[in-house]
Amino acid sequence: MSTHTRSPLVTGLLLAPAGVFFFFMLILPLLVMLVFSFGERAAAGGYVPAFTFDNYLNLPARGKAFLNTLTLAPLGTLLTAVIAFPMAYFLAVKVPPKWRVVMLVLVMAPFWTSQLMRYYAWIMILGSKGLPAWLAWIGITDVRLLNTPTAVLIGAVYGFLPLMVPPIYVSLEKLDKRLLEASADLGATPWHTFWQITLPLSLPGVATGSMLVFILLMGDYILPQYLGGGKVFFIGNALVDLFLQSRNWPYGAAVSVALVIIMFVTVYFYMRFVLGKTDQRRAALV
Amino acid sequence: MTQAVIELRNVSKRFGETLAVVDNNLSVNAGEFLSILGPSGCGKTTSLRMMAGFEQPTEGEVYIQGTNVTGVPAYRRPVNMVFQHYALFPHLSVADNVTYGLRQRSPKPPSAELARAADEALGMVRLSGLGRRRTYELSGGQQQRVALARALINRPAVLLLDEPLAALDRKLRAEMQFELQNLQRDVGVTFLLVTHDQEEALSMSDRVCVMREGRIVQIGSPRELYDRPNSRYVADFVGKSNFFAGPSAGTVTSVRPEMIELAPTEKKLPQGLATAVPAKVLNRIFVGDFTQYRLASDRLGEFLVVSPRRNERDVGTFEIGDQVAAGWRGDAAQVLADN
Repeated sequence: MSTHTRSPLVTGLLLAPAGVFFFFMLILPLLVMLVFSFGERAAAGGYVPAFTFDNYLNLPARGKAFLNTLTLAPLGTLLTAVIAFPMAYFLAVKVPPKWRVVMLVLVMAPFWTSQLMRYYAWIMILGSKGLPAWLAWIGITDVRLLNTPTAVLIGAVYGFLPLMVPPIYVSLEKLDKRLLEASADLGATPWHTFWQITLPLSLPGVATGSMLVFILLMGDYILPQYLGGGKVFFIGNALVDLFLQSRNWPYGAAVSVALVIIMFVTVYFYMRFVLGKTDQRRAALV
Repeated sequence: MTQAVIELRNVSKRFGETLAVVDNNLSVNAGEFLSILGPSGCGKTTSLRMMAGFEQPTEGEVYIQGTNVTGVPAYRRPVNMVFQHYALFPHLSVADNVTYGLRQRSPKPPSAELARAADEALGMVRLSGLGRRRTYELSGGQQQRVALARALINRPAVLLLDEPLAALDRKLRAEMQFELQNLQRDVGVTFLLVTHDQEEALSMSDRVCVMREGRIVQIGSPRELYDRPNSRYVADFVGKSNFFAGPSAGTVTSVRPEMIELAPTEKKLPQGLATAVPAKVLNRIFVGDFTQYRLASDRLGEFLVVSPRRNERDVGTFEIGDQVAAGWRGDAAQVLADN
């Protein structure tokens, strides 16, 4: 018998703080939200107990917010990953080890200023006196960037790149460089080595980074608020509107529940897919 | 006249300030099993990596089958390597690891052909039926064989082996030595092995190349190196030897411990010895098939003697502190440069 077996009591005590926190901060609010979503709006705004599916049946009224979120969040995540990968690869493989820490810190540099400041900077850059003015100067006129999906995507890539690079960097850094030599030795060109060895083995890092960015982007409201300017709005913006402006709490609750469900299902299938790629056959054999 | 499959011509390699390999000339004949032997940092692995194409020589040329391949990248050289820690691809099955080289060809062979090739290669290294496994589910010895199959399936002009047995335990290593030797004879591929283990080099190779500080010191058959080393360094690295100062300045006299006769008194030593001295037993190590003695003599200092079991019938065994006589024939002593 192992002498290190913990008694159930100790295990319980160790898990208690996290358990209590999650219960009061996550489970309970979710349950409250679920209950609210079946209720009715009070005349002066807020919540009146009831049991109706009207809020859920009414979801298509906010279809645009769902559509924007469900297209721009995955697209933004994909773009961020595609741009982050070469950066991480460069850091992990090409940069001499003594410079790596410095470079990684520089990747994080945008976080040193406030998020709001950064979005205001982008408003200037993308606004009519920014890039479009420059483009007009070389003859490309009538370019609108601010308050378009493109602006939101640019903001997403810019804002979330620092979250995407580190996990990919870590998985590339861990990658045994002898595997790359072995691949070359067996006749694979650098390009084939990348597709057959480097990319599959760094997939866990890409998955972690993508998950992180995707979840944050799905729930984001500041980014569409500033760079989408109310024209390109996300579910987050719809929620702010429903809870704080029209004070339709039950409908807002239904939208929230829908968002949670969509997020959960997407993440679940994404993780299954990615883990399946890297781990499934191992599990199947045990 | 056998043709050289791989050659280093006046090859030097410099890493910054360090000279890893200095003006080496090495020619490996078709079908032979050649080992490069030397301590760590002697340039043996760098030499191997220059043949594989992972490093390019600072000076000199590399030839494979008569073609100058200097500057040609690894993926376009007809050689394959077995890496020290195997470097198997963790995300691929055993069979996919083995057929990796074939799948890089264009056009890619049809999958039926790949499957057949994998079966054949795995059969050759006695791993039939394990193709669907993951590499990390295999034992060290099995992983070693996957690495061999993965390299040999490509029918390389030369198989390069970088300390292939270093990660295995003692018993498995001894087993793999036989297996490598058999495999090399069966497939008829030229093997070039790099090792710091003299026993490994001597037991498997047709020829051994001893390196020191980036230079090749001596090349020869294991027996040649053992019996006629060209320097104290080689005699010391290949097997054990006793070195006595002289006869002239800058030279030593080398006598292998097993060439020294041992008897209770000088009179009982065999006839015709060139050197015979009285000595005292300092240590005795019973190994089983032989006994190793460390002796001290007033004239020659301390030296080792290996006494085979059969000798003990004639001369008996000795205890620590015993006075004995030791001697050797003239042809057992070799005068070598003291370096």
